[in-house]
Amino acid sequence: MQTLINAFSFFGHHLDLFRDKTIAHLAISFASIGVALAIAIPLGVWLGHLHRGSFFAINVSNIGRALPSLAVISIAIGIVGIGFANTMVALVILAAPVMLTNAYVAVDQVDTNAVQAARAMGMRPWQVLMRVELPLAVPLIFAGIRTATVYVVATATLATFAGGGGLGDIIVNEATYGSAGVVAGALAITVLAFAIDGLLAVVQRAVTPRPLRHLARRASAAATVREPLPPLPAPPQ
Amino acid sequence: MNQADSGCVEIAFREVSKRYEGRPEAAVNRLSFEVPPGEICVLIGPSGCGKTTALKMVNRLIAITDGDITIDGRSVNALEVTQLRRGIGYVFQQIGLFPHMSVEANIGSVPRLLGWSKQRIRARAAELLSLVGLDPDADLRRYPGEFSGGQQQRIGVARAMAVDPPIMLMDEPFGAIDPITRERLQDDFLRLHREVRKTIIFVTHDIDEAIKMGDRIAIMRDGQLVQYATSDELLASPANDFVASFVGADRGLKRLRVWTLRDLTLDPAPPAGGDSLPSVEVGRSLRDALSLLLTEGAGQLTVTEAGKPIGTVTLEAITSAVAQDRNTAAA
Amino acid sequence: MISGLITPAAGGPVIPTFGKSSTCVVQNHQFCMSWFLDNFSSRFQPRLLEHIELTAIAVGVGMVIAFAAALLAHTQSWFETPFSLLAAFFYTIPALAFFEVMVQVTGINRLTAEIALVSYTLLILFRNTLTGLRAVPDDALQAAEAMGLTRRQTLTRVELPLALPPIMAGIRIATVTTISLTTVAAYIGAGGLGEPIFDGIQTGFKTEFVAAGFLAVALALVADGLLVIVQRLLTPWARRVRRA
Repeated sequence: MQTLINAFSFFGHHLDLFRDKTIAHLAISFASIGVALAIAIPLGVWLGHLHRGSFFAINVSNIGRALPSLAVISIAIGIVGIGFANTMVALVILAAPVMLTNAYVAVDQVDTNAVQAARAMGMRPWQVLMRVELPLAVPLIFAGIRTATVYVVATATLATFAGGGGLGDIIVNEATYGSAGVVAGALAITVLAFAIDGLLAVVQRAVTPRPLRHLARRASAAATVREPLPPLPAPPQ
Repeated sequence: MNQADSGCVEIAFREVSKRYEGRPEAAVNRLSFEVPPGEICVLIGPSGCGKTTALKMVNRLIAITDGDITIDGRSVNALEVTQLRRGIGYVFQQIGLFPHMSVEANIGSVPRLLGWSKQRIRARAAELLSLVGLDPDADLRRYPGEFSGGQQQRIGVARAMAVDPPIMLMDEPFGAIDPITRERLQDDFLRLHREVRKTIIFVTHDIDEAIKMGDRIAIMRDGQLVQYATSDELLASPANDFVASFVGADRGLKRLRVWTLRDLTLDPAPPAGGDSLPSVEVGRSLRDALSLLLTEGAGQLTVTEAGKPIGTVTLEAITSAVAQDRNTAAA
Repeated sequence: MISGLITPAAGGPVIPTFGKSSTCVVQNHQFCMSWFLDNFSSRFQPRLLEHIELTAIAVGVGMVIAFAAALLAHTQSWFETPFSLLAAFFYTIPALAFFEVMVQVTGINRLTAEIALVSYTLLILFRNTLTGLRAVPDDALQAAEAMGLTRRQTLTRVELPLALPPIMAGIRIATVTTISLTTVAAYIGAGGLGEPIFDGIQTGFKTEFVAAGFLAVALALVADGLLVIVQRLLTPWARRVRRA
């Protein structure tokens, strides 16, 4: 209990430190997510639209999920060296597979009757994608983005070992900040992870068209049963 | 359950009622009827009439509120429930094969519970598979997911018959199967039933299936028995307007299906040289004979048995026989 | 490596001097195969075995708890929500933070690491087991009841085997994530492959942490692959389905 009180008072006395580290933490997280988005979403949507490459698209997240994040970071240090770029490479490798698989599955599994109806009306493939497949796929695509984002924000804690900065710097520096600082840092990261998850949950609901909301819930429930889907993210690191 | 004396038990419903809490009307209301040993009794009626509830009270999937169901005079409540169920074959529309077990293991489910040896289970499973028209060599080791709906229901029937139970309960067993396959399954099941007689209660909502399968038909409405009769009686003299409308305005035609030419007094065979008439086997239904008369535009048919003429039949003979029987039935 | 400041070495790398170092080691290349092979049995093999042990204990204990909880939730549905919330709470805490907080409670040791690792497995294992039990088709249950299986026989012969694919999928995910988290657990002295990673990063000796990183990746992929094979062997019916 005393530790907790100490941690809070530490937090109160070091607001600037926490503000700077949180900004650094979010900077590396969102830079990585941006790159992962740019790679994974178009690729996943495109493959899903063509119904091609299911073996690759589904298994890439199985492999991505299996990769130990600290190990990936350590290998990246060896190859890229220390710093921001290194951590980004590692985080992109860890985030992209989940996004890609979800995007693929989301588009691939859009009701074939709706797609057929759209084609029968004379829509071009591009129009089918933009007007039918994508709107129906949005909830699941976004679920993948949310999962990956929370995962990246949590994993960015490990960036400290690669000189990437962020809130991890406080946790691992007991020599400077004492045990109160370590606990305060741990609590700050936890709160940040929960806050991002909660925020994205709200956004996810907002981007899901109203008539699809019950479907979105069912889709995420079904995801636990089917083995090839990524039922859950690899937990925060 | 007496398994040694297979096929010779009588099932009796005595004032059986089922009431659910919070619902004013009984789901099944004072139902009484008897199914003679070795017969197929069809329960039929509009949905919600209580036919499935009545069926499920026999193996106590649903508990009886009032009254009793007896099997050869013994109450179904007298036996331990799992014992009771192991001695009653149960087939239902959704089939319920265990997807994780091979066909052999599926059929062997109850025998295993009863401690049969592996060899005995295998032999029995093979025997049953050929009985229901599947291939024991190829199919025993396959999984249910590899079969079509019709084949799965054949396996379902085989599983229900695994320990040769004297009673089978069948809840719309062919309801989810396409019409052509259903027809074949019905025919095969009737043939099977002639070979291994069992006392069967069969639920359906299809009056044609009821007429085809049932020795007796129990028509139910709002939980009550409206009429219990043989198919012929039911078609000839419906007890009231409800039954009449349920069996349909074409019940006269349906009835022609129940009768065969054997049931008629035939006119003497024509002298040799009357071969020009279209001919029909004596085992065929009156419906087939009538159809032939109409399509051939003939006034008379030669009736044959094993290819040899044994008499002739006219359109008048068919209509008067049916009408006459109707008068006697009504009297 | 005990809790403390780990930062990349400020000056040149601290190269271990075990006998005569090769040029590769002296120049600190990304990966020196001969050094790795020479030191595998002394420096990496014990860590690898430790890693497997830590993972196996965490998944094993996690499975026992999650399975019992899922069985309870299967019959007493009120239990699902509180247990899920608790498990989801554990699951969302970043690992390094969780380890550091637990250290304040139970100290720097293996027990602390295992408590955290087990906590992480619960959500996946609980959810998949419960989903598996609930996804057993009604018709199979009805058939089991009608043919006179007792409640226990229905559970062991019908429900559990049919729930096996999602349970196995859960074990698979829980195993690879635990392998991943165990690398971080070395930070609080639990041992395992994380130890040479932290050690190597601190001394700046690339071969050490790159090799340990690759070993951890390989371990995760091999475990994932093996569990897929086990899953297929245990559920032969799942793949043999008639094509419509």
